[in-house]
Amino acid sequence: MIRATGLTKDYGSRRAIENLTFEANQGEIVGFLGPNGAGKTTTMRILTGYMPPTYGTAQVAGFDIIEESMEVRRRVGYLPETVPLYPDMTVYGYLKFMADLRHLPDPDDMIDETLEIVGMTERADGYISNLSKGMRQRVGLAQALLHKPEVLILDEPTIGLDPAQVVEVRNIIREIGKQRTVLLSTHILSEAQQVCDRVLILNRGRIVAEDTPENLQARLMGAERAILTVKGDADGLAALLAQIKGVKNVQARPDGGVEFQFAPGMDVRPEVARQTIQAGYDLLELRLMGLSLEEIFLELTRDSKISK
Amino acid sequence: MRNVWTIASREYRHYFLSPVAYIVAFLILMLAGILFVFQLKSVQDMTYQGYYPNPPTAANSVIYPTAFMMLFAAPALTMRLLSEEQRSGTLELLLTAPLKDWELVVGKWLGAFMYILTVYVITLIIPIVLNRLVVPGIDIKATVAGYLALILFTAAFLAIGTAFSSMFNNQFAAFFATLITFVLLWWVVGWPANLIPAASGFFGYLHAYAHLTSMMQGAIALKDLVYFLSLTAVGLFVGTVAIEIRRWQ
Ligand SMILES: Nc1ncnc2c1ncn2[C@@H]1O[C@H](COP(=O)(O)OP(=O)(O)OP(=O)(O)O)[C@@H](O)[C@H]1O
Ligand SMILES: [Mg+2]
Repeated sequence: MIRATGLTKDYGSRRAIENLTFEANQGEIVGFLGPNGAGKTTTMRILTGYMPPTYGTAQVAGFDIIEESMEVRRRVGYLPETVPLYPDMTVYGYLKFMADLRHLPDPDDMIDETLEIVGMTERADGYISNLSKGMRQRVGLAQALLHKPEVLILDEPTIGLDPAQVVEVRNIIREIGKQRTVLLSTHILSEAQQVCDRVLILNRGRIVAEDTPENLQARLMGAERAILTVKGDADGLAALLAQIKGVKNVQARPDGGVEFQFAPGMDVRPEVARQTIQAGYDLLELRLMGLSLEEIFLELTRDSKISK
Repeated sequence: MRNVWTIASREYRHYFLSPVAYIVAFLILMLAGILFVFQLKSVQDMTYQGYYPNPPTAANSVIYPTAFMMLFAAPALTMRLLSEEQRSGTLELLLTAPLKDWELVVGKWLGAFMYILTVYVITLIIPIVLNRLVVPGIDIKATVAGYLALILFTAAFLAIGTAFSSMFNNQFAAFFATLITFVLLWWVVGWPANLIPAASGFFGYLHAYAHLTSMMQGAIALKDLVYFLSLTAVGLFVGTVAIEIRRWQ
């Protein structure tokens, strides 16, 4: 469980995050989504006890991050943005070191189990300096999972992984997220969509939206959008569509298609198709374009820039 | 305490992979070896002349030269202790692990201390051999007191180095800051101690060289022990505070 109230962090005179209040419950995977410099890493560093907030507080796994930092740290697994590894150690040696710091009762069993989960069993005796970037990322993840923490905080966990590994790591996270609390940050919107139960969109240190990926999508879709493509020359098509009742915001696209919008309740597509054919165009395609999370994200982060 | 040991033993092992540590060990042992050969010359003179022009002592061949070497070796050994963790990002791992800041700093210092003690154990060969060669043997009391002085002196200087390493992100900055502090404690505070009689007690007490040489002569005085131990404590305390300040930025 994570419960943050009014978290604010100033680096000197620069405010990195401002008044963040949010929750992540047990059995929930929450995604932090935001552009570079949004404050994702800063927030995670505060929650893991790396640095104190300037204002505000938070509870992690039932303990106060400032007053009971040690209790929090015992219960949190953290994968920082720069994967913290010692290249001169073996994978096993590194995990043993972490197991010792965490006073694990049977370190060898837990190390074996974790290596199995991240698929690094074969490389256990290899030096970290000889591992590929993706493998290092997985060793970093192993370190975070090692002590079966109640709360898992992962800063861009799939960065640098190949597509197959990305799928694997997402599956690991989803599996863990069933019983525990996971907070992860990402730039990859499809990742948030696939993995997270809830998404917090962060921009310039503030939460600009918070909902399930599906709801965010639905909420922001004020209008349906469709695209029409005809064979050959599309001259005059935009003008034609603009005259049809219910069709709004017609735009000719550089690739020859024409994009338009209409109110969700009244589908204008049959009329559009009829008129296009009647006007002598060869209709190739008429399809709806869902607003992707990507566009929602851009929309939100652009809006909050304007409102500033 | 367990955490201190975890940190210290990782650090200790790391020294055996570090070229700097090998160079330090090599230079200390080489210098002691060369000076030992000069001492043998003195032993040889004895067999011809019937007396020692310069009686061979552990202080002359090992303790004093090693202490002098430590002025440069200690900053080289400690400079990367925490700076390197900061640079590589592993400090974030340690500062979010269930580990107190003082345990981290003391563990780092202890790792360096144990490494250099290992080197010192090797140098024990020299007083042992000298004791065999010299009749009626070397001054055991002075040797023991001298080694104790060397160990305490090393503990204190490594603690100062550890403190600077936790202050600086850059290893070389840590190296030079440590070296300058050593030069101050070894030489510079000795000057006002001689020049300004009013302040001589104060500056004289800070003078590391005076404490070291007084112990090397075989006198184990409380004020010398207190000096080295409190310097060690101050170094470790400042190092811990530096880590805490780092968290606040
Ligand atoms: N150590 C620091 N000192 C000063 N400013 C910092 C520091 N770390 C971060 N900042 C500033 O705080 C803001 C938030 O940074 P943060 O690293 O939290 O962003 P982020 O969301 O993790 O970005 P990214 O997606 O690039 O990782 C940025 O404006 C950044 O410049
Ligand atoms: Mg970041």
